[in-house]
Amino acid sequence: MSDPVVSRATRTSRIAVVVALLALIVLAAAPWWAGRADMRLMSEIFLYLSLASLWNLMAGYAGLVSVGQQAFVGFGGYMLFALTVFGGLHPIAAILLAGLLASALSVPIASLIFRLKGAYFAIGTWVVAEVFRLSFAQISALGGGSGSSLPVGIVRSLASSRSGREALTYWLALGAAAVVILSVYLFLRSQRGLALTAIRDSEVAASGLGINIWRTKLEVYVVTSALTAIIGGLIFLQKLRISPDAAFSINDWTAFVIFIVVIGGIGTLEGPIIGTIIFFALREFLADFGTIYLMVLGLVAIIVMLKAPKGVWGLVRDRFDLELFPLSYRVRLDQDRKKT
Amino acid sequence: MIEWANAVLQGILLGGLYALFAAGLSLIFGVMRLVNIAHGDLIVLAAYLGLSTSVTLGVHPFVALLIVLPLMAAVGYALQRGLLNRTLGPDILPPLLVTFGLSVIIQNALLEGYTADPQKLSAGPLETASIPLGELSVGVMPLLTFGIAVAVIAGLQWIFYATGLGRGFRAVSDNQEIAQLMGLNKAHVFGLAMALALAVTAIAGILLGIRTSFDPSIGGGRLIFGFEAVIIGGLGSLWGTLAGGVILGVAQTVGAKIDPGWQLLAGHIAFLLVLAVRPNGLFPRVEH
Amino acid sequence: MPEAILSAKGLEAYYGDFQAIYGIDLEVPEGEVIAIIGANGAGKTTLLKSISGLLPNEAAHVVFKGRPIGDLRADQIARLGIALVPEGRQLFPSLSVEENLMLGGEVGRDGPWSLDAVYDLFPILRERRHQPSTSLSGGQQQMAAIGRALMANPELILFDEISLGLAPVVIKSIYEILPEVVGEGMTALIVEQDITKALSVSSRVYCLQEGRVSLSGRADEVTRDQITAAYFGAAA
Repeated sequence: MSDPVVSRATRTSRIAVVVALLALIVLAAAPWWAGRADMRLMSEIFLYLSLASLWNLMAGYAGLVSVGQQAFVGFGGYMLFALTVFGGLHPIAAILLAGLLASALSVPIASLIFRLKGAYFAIGTWVVAEVFRLSFAQISALGGGSGSSLPVGIVRSLASSRSGREALTYWLALGAAAVVILSVYLFLRSQRGLALTAIRDSEVAASGLGINIWRTKLEVYVVTSALTAIIGGLIFLQKLRISPDAAFSINDWTAFVIFIVVIGGIGTLEGPIIGTIIFFALREFLADFGTIYLMVLGLVAIIVMLKAPKGVWGLVRDRFDLELFPLSYRVRLDQDRKKT
Repeated sequence: MIEWANAVLQGILLGGLYALFAAGLSLIFGVMRLVNIAHGDLIVLAAYLGLSTSVTLGVHPFVALLIVLPLMAAVGYALQRGLLNRTLGPDILPPLLVTFGLSVIIQNALLEGYTADPQKLSAGPLETASIPLGELSVGVMPLLTFGIAVAVIAGLQWIFYATGLGRGFRAVSDNQEIAQLMGLNKAHVFGLAMALALAVTAIAGILLGIRTSFDPSIGGGRLIFGFEAVIIGGLGSLWGTLAGGVILGVAQTVGAKIDPGWQLLAGHIAFLLVLAVRPNGLFPRVEH
Repeated sequence: MPEAILSAKGLEAYYGDFQAIYGIDLEVPEGEVIAIIGANGAGKTTLLKSISGLLPNEAAHVVFKGRPIGDLRADQIARLGIALVPEGRQLFPSLSVEENLMLGGEVGRDGPWSLDAVYDLFPILRERRHQPSTSLSGGQQQMAAIGRALMANPELILFDEISLGLAPVVIKSIYEILPEVVGEGMTALIVEQDITKALSVSSRVYCLQEGRVSLSGRADEVTRDQITAAYFGAAA
């Protein structure tokens, strides 16, 4: 009998790494092979994928079910406008600084809304988002309630040609998605990530292990807030126009994101990816139906939550024992290793 | 000076409406620890049902309540037994996400059925009638709304603490297993609690529809007002929701008096202040 | 032997994937007091939970008055006339003493027990009727829990560890009252750690060990040695 081997990687996950790298190269080359509309759509997909991965980290792993992440999407968007127009910053610098500001802002917010438990926490985050929306609507320099457009000079500072700008914003979106997914993955693999998984599995047991739950949750909240604000900046760098209702829309930045994660599989790294693909596929087919499309999404999310709480990816994983992101440890005997 | 007094008075009366938004939320949280994200959309649904009833039958919205109230109660019972009971358990995600999905479905179904055009319920001369009160003048409708809120909360209080139904609610809330041993069918008790909550929602929806114009998108805002009143008042306290509603209402009307753009913001800030200073609310339920 | 009012046939119970009892056979003759003894974790409480419907079973595994009830819900079983006095009293903290008792009567069965009858049995409860149930002492809470079960006018009453956590003098007074309680044509199933107490009030005894019946017999016929062996396993 040979000694058992404990490992995280599986054959599937190794293949997944190679496929992902190839896909990244192909996608990075999109400006040379894809049309303008396709690139816009893909950028949108990448940004939604990022938002979904971040929300999944909060809700699926840290148990922080927020319905107010639009606060940080909108904040990032508005900071892009404010810091470039009034601060004279380069848009990319403005977006990064927006992330920093959001993380600073998220600490006092967390100290307030962390007092609310469970579902009440969720509505608390929504109140915060409303405060953001109403506050930005008061700032007349940013267009007040009707919003404003990014001045041409600032848009030009990105790249002089239109195709250059489109390629740049596309790469930023792709890069953001890659960075977000990689950071979530590395975070979950780290010591803190393990603590987080322990919290998800049992909060009581985790506190017994000496894990500071409040602090771990705060860290997750601060990091996701910062990254969400950066994604928000990128979203409005694509749109070039901002208004309070668009920036702090609960439907666009939270409802859709929740549907993506729930349908794909909450609490799994793969879930948001699968969910984003399904979401955009459904949208391509049903977008013309408007309200019906949203009702179908809501219905699908309810059915998934009741019948398959781990989403489409959960079904696939249980059926085929697949894991694209090697997070769990696997114990194997040496004979198994010879087979692979 | 008199204008400020008027703002405060209007805020207090508005608080009655918010207390009605809050009472249903508070009730179902108290009985089954469920937070219904679709609560605001159900209030708006009730307003639309009131509209359809009063237009179709040509009756006053208050008369329409005779149909809308039992209808909403039935919707509540069916919703709870058919869907929401399946989401209850130790995990908070299913109820939260299922009611969130429900919220989106109701909102878009209303859009599909009634379009996005703002609607209003017409209560006839009641709407413009007012009673002079010293130098102030109080609208009959806001006064009536406040009176109804007080009556509804007193009624809920009575049901909770003086009837067999309320005894069952409290027992199931304390300990579901043991309550079942007493012959209480948990699923049925939860269904009744949701029916009662949505009956209150029916009243709130009709009063909302008479007070302001409404469209399918305003549910989220009503949920937030109700939620803020619950937290300000203190979880689990029915009279606390009235106090919470009044504080929220006064904050909004006084805020609006300072600057019309500040109405909602002032309410949210009042809520956040209470959360910062008294996280358990101003009138938390005293545990025995 | 009188006809069995309750019988378990090959009863099994699971908590998720964990099996707690394995094929228990049990007969409870009408009008008798049956004691269930066994070490911690032997499956005694699980057995009571299965009978009272808090754990799901196959219909035929539990038969009450000739009717299979294994698949009924707890509230349905309560209405048929089985009441449980749960381990640790478990009164409803939000309810007053009297409300706790009234809730016991919620099943709406006729019989000798009413608020007044319970108060006559436990006069202290009448004095404290409007107090919150949490203000009672441990012994008084146990009285209220027994009274709450009696209010259902059950035909079969299940007692789970009624002496656990109570002072000896309180336990004594509760056991003195027990014959009065079950005297009214009621059948009782008592789960008890204190073997002497259990044998003193019961006619038959079942000993459980690791989810199986390791001994059964008439209370006055089983010997100490038999019980010790059945309690701790053959190795002891």
